[in-house]
Amino acid sequence: MIIGKIIGEVVSSAKHEKHEGIKLLLVRQLDLKDQDQGAPFIAVDVLGAGVGDKVLMTQDGWAAMTAVKRMKSPIDAAVIGIIDEVELLPEFSRAG
Amino acid sequence: MLLARVVGRVWSTIKDAQLDGHKMLVIQPVDADGSDRGAALVALDSVGAGQGEMVYWTARREACFAFDPEVPADASITGIVDHVSLERS
Repeated sequence: MIIGKIIGEVVSSAKHEKHEGIKLLLVRQLDLKDQDQGAPFIAVDVLGAGVGDKVLMTQDGWAAMTAVKRMKSPIDAAVIGIIDEVELLPEFSRAG
Repeated sequence: MLLARVVGRVWSTIKDAQLDGHKMLVIQPVDADGSDRGAALVALDSVGAGQGEMVYWTARREACFAFDPEVPADASITGIVDHVSLERS
């Protein structure tokens, strides 16, 4: 799993039937210093995450489909937790 | 899934029979601000996307689940993007 930040919500009227009724969020991966990593990607969400939230993500299809209970769907990423806090050793902390 | 813009179409006569009847589009991945990001690729279309449209696509093994029966594809367009909201709703 990875840590990410929700940076947007994707609105799509014409989408795959297996994506109907699920929120699509635009997420950017964060490093341990909360710096953006790489290109943003879209993840499905059934937990109610929103823009600005720090979240736990999976980029494995099986895990993502399991999270939203839609197996055999074209889903490759999902929000699986809204993070309250990440506790790190001092040498890995934001100030470090 | 990732954001991209449809920038072209691929035509192929001799191909895997399971790809028959599927539209193959050239897509350019884009960032949240719409700027190009990385190399263009070919994706199968499952939603009726067209030239110039912003879409989102599914990558890797999961791409073949966009079709029933499954097809030998590792990138499938799974939605046409109306808009991306960058504010908390």
